[in-house]
Amino acid sequence: MSEAAKTSSDIMLEVKELSIQFGGLRAVDGLNLRVKKHQLYGLIGPNGAGKTTVFNMLTGVYKPTTGVIYLDGANITGKSPVEINKGGIARTFQNIRLFKGMSVLDNVKVGMQNQTKYTTIEGILRLPRYFREEKQMNEKAMELLKVFELDGECDALSQNLPYGKQRKLEIARALATNPKLLLLDEPAAGMNPNETAELMNTIRFVRDKFDMTILLIEHDMKLVSGICEELTVLNFGQELAQGGTSAVLNDPKVITAYLGE
Amino acid sequence: MKKQKLNNLITISGTAVLCVVMATLMSVGALDRSNMLKGMLVLIGIHIIWALSLNLTVGVLGELSLGHAGFMCVGAIFGGTVSQIIQYNAADCPGWIRLIIALVCSGIMAAIFGILIGIPVMRLHGDYLAIVTLGFGEIMKSLANNIFLTIDKNGLHFGFTNPPANVDEASAKQILKGSIGMQAPQDTNIWWVVVLLMITLIVMMTFINSKSGRACMAVRDNYIAAQSVGINVTKFRLMAFTISAGIAGVGGALYAHSVPMIAFSKFDYNFSILILVFVVLGGLGSMRGSIIATIILYVLPEMLRKVNQNLANARMLIYAIILIALMLWKNAPFFIGLREKLSAKFKRNKENADITSGGAEV
Repeated sequence: MSEAAKTSSDIMLEVKELSIQFGGLRAVDGLNLRVKKHQLYGLIGPNGAGKTTVFNMLTGVYKPTTGVIYLDGANITGKSPVEINKGGIARTFQNIRLFKGMSVLDNVKVGMQNQTKYTTIEGILRLPRYFREEKQMNEKAMELLKVFELDGECDALSQNLPYGKQRKLEIARALATNPKLLLLDEPAAGMNPNETAELMNTIRFVRDKFDMTILLIEHDMKLVSGICEELTVLNFGQELAQGGTSAVLNDPKVITAYLGE
Repeated sequence: MKKQKLNNLITISGTAVLCVVMATLMSVGALDRSNMLKGMLVLIGIHIIWALSLNLTVGVLGELSLGHAGFMCVGAIFGGTVSQIIQYNAADCPGWIRLIIALVCSGIMAAIFGILIGIPVMRLHGDYLAIVTLGFGEIMKSLANNIFLTIDKNGLHFGFTNPPANVDEASAKQILKGSIGMQAPQDTNIWWVVVLLMITLIVMMTFINSKSGRACMAVRDNYIAAQSVGINVTKFRLMAFTISAGIAGVGGALYAHSVPMIAFSKFDYNFSILILVFVVLGGLGSMRGSIIATIILYVLPEMLRKVNQNLANARMLIYAIILIALMLWKNAPFFIGLREKLSAKFKRNKENADITSGGAEV
């Protein structure tokens, strides 16, 4: 804690010697990460390198075997997903996980759950605080949807949205939880080049508008080289390279890992 | 958002109007000629309460509960016991006070059972949860069928044999008679059912449209994503399950007070399934659907019984066939396609009619 506290002024996420073992398999082995505040950080690597496992450990879905995770100076290792979200990490998923049977607006409002104070009883009896807070929630949610140009479809069921918009809605929902750090798991998967270009702008815009730190996993090298400031490359659960984007992408070790000998 | 609000308003006001009209007709005596309808209205109302409460577990929370009758049974036992104890100790207590106390007690007891069952059960999902709730329902029924409770001047005597030991025969009154059941005072009338039905409906609607209800639906749709946005999955599952159990208990107590004699063997597995059928046919998560389906499916077998003797013998067969047909009509891809075609055709016809009539005007 003391060491992390010293650097907490500009470090948002610090991961030390993070490992996880599934039976005989060490899926992630001794990973170190240091993400500065307001940074766009990329985590890349070939399929099966353990990138999503890292995300799952950061968000508390898996408990790491060894290692510690500091978020903004606070130790969050081994906490539950709910606590970690309240602590300030929000994420999206590689395979979209929206609340399919709910409207677009409700999806975002679910994200704002923990910022409202009215109790269940107040909700059932419709006391004044319910109306006040619901109104604020609606306004905030619509603002957020406007950023992602989803405000026109706020009443549609989220499962009826086209694929690209579903990805955007997932980001909007994550942002609704008011996080310090946003984790994006392959945000551009399945998008065409135009949509990817648009997404790059959106991610940059989100970073600037909400003063967000963003850590993302991505396979699309155009997106990675376009927006990431620093990269860590994982291969077979171990760190292969780390540093500035262009330096890492031109590293022969990295090219070998992606393309083979 | 507005459309949803309008829809909710239509459901609530529609149900209110229907309830009040039927209840008024019944109180005025307009239904006296139709014994069937008169006897059924109260029961339909209670079944709607049960269907609505189950819809919270199955439709909103997305968990299959096969033991809902267990909670109704708990409600009936405690409600009936409380009002009989009051009747014994304070014979001049007005019926409505007795009933209110009984309803409150039964709701709380059923909710407590909901929590007790929910704490271990809510760690499970899907089939496993269904099996555990099934077990709970059967346990409650068997227990209820074997409990004997007698009250005399010395107090309550509880046991699994009849009569329980050390009973003062002269002042004794049997409250629970094992498999024979229970005779609670008939304190209800149609208006009680109408009021409680409306309260249930409104509580359901307001719950679903508050943050807790949204959290439950989020858990239903994707609990991993729900956790990732900071929703305490266990808490909200337990909450919905408990509310559902509590309301089922109130319905059970209402039932106990509206029939002359209640045998607990009624609250078996088949009864849970009957209510589940109402909910599934009405549409998961749709309160209006539950109400309509309950009315239709409750009245249908009785209608068949009345129409003629041959139908009466085959009424359960016909009921089953109609049930299958309705399910197919609602959910089979072929019929969904057919329905869309029909509605498109209907629209086109209407448009054509509009065009021709427009032409005539010119």
